[in-house]
Amino acid sequence: MNAENNALISIRDLKKHYNDGKVRALDGINCDIQRGEVVVIIGPSGSGKSTFLRSLNLLEIPTEGSIIFDGVDITDPKTNINLHRQRMGMVFQHFNLFPNMNILKNMTCAPMTLLKKSKQEAEEKALDLLTKVGLADRASAYPSQLSGGQKQRVAIVRALCMEPEVMLFDEPTSALDPEMVGEVLEVMKSLANDGLTMAVVTHEMGFAKEVASRVIFMDEGIIIEEGTPDEIFNHPKSERLKDFLSKVI
Amino acid sequence: MNWYHNFADDFNENFIEQDRWKLLLEGLGNTMLITAGALVLGVLIGIVVAGVRSSFDKNQETLKKRGGFGYGIFAFFNMICKIYLTVIRGIPMVVQLLLFVFVFLPKIDELPVAIIAFGINSGAYVAEIFRGGIMSIDQGQFEAGRSLGFNYFQMMRFIIIPQVFKVVLPTLCNEFIVLIKETSIAGYAAIMDLTKAGELIRGRTFSAFLPLIAVALIYLVIVMILTWLVGLLERRLRKNER
Repeated sequence: MNAENNALISIRDLKKHYNDGKVRALDGINCDIQRGEVVVIIGPSGSGKSTFLRSLNLLEIPTEGSIIFDGVDITDPKTNINLHRQRMGMVFQHFNLFPNMNILKNMTCAPMTLLKKSKQEAEEKALDLLTKVGLADRASAYPSQLSGGQKQRVAIVRALCMEPEVMLFDEPTSALDPEMVGEVLEVMKSLANDGLTMAVVTHEMGFAKEVASRVIFMDEGIIIEEGTPDEIFNHPKSERLKDFLSKVI
Repeated sequence: MNWYHNFADDFNENFIEQDRWKLLLEGLGNTMLITAGALVLGVLIGIVVAGVRSSFDKNQETLKKRGGFGYGIFAFFNMICKIYLTVIRGIPMVVQLLLFVFVFLPKIDELPVAIIAFGINSGAYVAEIFRGGIMSIDQGQFEAGRSLGFNYFQMMRFIIIPQVFKVVLPTLCNEFIVLIKETSIAGYAAIMDLTKAGELIRGRTFSAFLPLIAVALIYLVIVMILTWLVGLLERRLRKNER
């Protein structure tokens, strides 16, 4: 068994092209995500980092390449992607809570339908998670009654209700007021400490430095540099990364 | 006083004599029957057509990638739906009704044929209303649904359709109002609807004012009741918005 086979997700030569290859959002990504790892993806806007993250659960369909998730090639058209998505939680920039359901329903809808959990079981789990993020008292509120930070915390625990093996975060704090960023990052930090595998696209360099086990710097659809937070932030090798860091820090 | 006596005489002649009010009642019954039948049929057709059209638009890429017959079959049904919409929306309702009653289904009773004709017609408009509603839902809702592992139909059922319903309700109500009033052309196909009943009375009593005003008022009242009911429903559905 080599390291490649132990990876939870291994991405091979992933490409995403638009307009017959004129636009190359992803241009050959190779990357492994190990169990328990927190991979933070940084890069300038338009670098393809969100496209990359969204490819991992096939919200974007790659043009070429393969994604092996827990030993199964999910880019194979014959794979039932829905079953694999149940094991990959996703958190979006704009929360995407379901406005027609209250918070509890938002969280129990998927486990009850897909995992066939009983209502009681699903609600217990949901309330337990809500308590952990300090929102147990808002269980019967509707999303429109919550602040941005509260919505994002609910979005995180909604994904956790499916007991995923990996969580994908697509710029989870970019749509938040500055004073609400902290509360969301706190939740993510505690998940990382619990050993959950995470892939995070973010502009929060502080979070990357503190929590990441590995940082990936992307530009123009490829991985330019990757390494520990110390390597990336304190000893950047490529000019492009140095240039990027000088602008954001 | 003279005016009052005239009115009473007119009223008597137009509605009471020979139980002419029964004509209006029968007409109203048929109008309601055609409307209700066409409404149910129209909504069913609308859901199917809107479902095919919007899911084809949203899943085209995946289907193409997956290959096999799936894409071809879906594209075929999508094409059928497009032709249906073009034909139905391109021909006046009166012509469609006459075609159904006298050309396509001449051996069947006019009333059920009228229900079918109005239903098929309304379905085209309802389909576009639903499709507009589905398209108006934020893409993020679809993505959130799919990312949790729902398949396309589960996502539509639990997440998208309940939101669509709320969005389209006013427009849908509008379509039903149009439908009720459009059934007034049923008389062309020798169906005794409310308008035809008024016309029949007018033909027998040679007075136009009262029968036509009565017919007009009945339509108005029906539409007002419907609008009120939909208003109640809307307020109920809006509960979860601040």
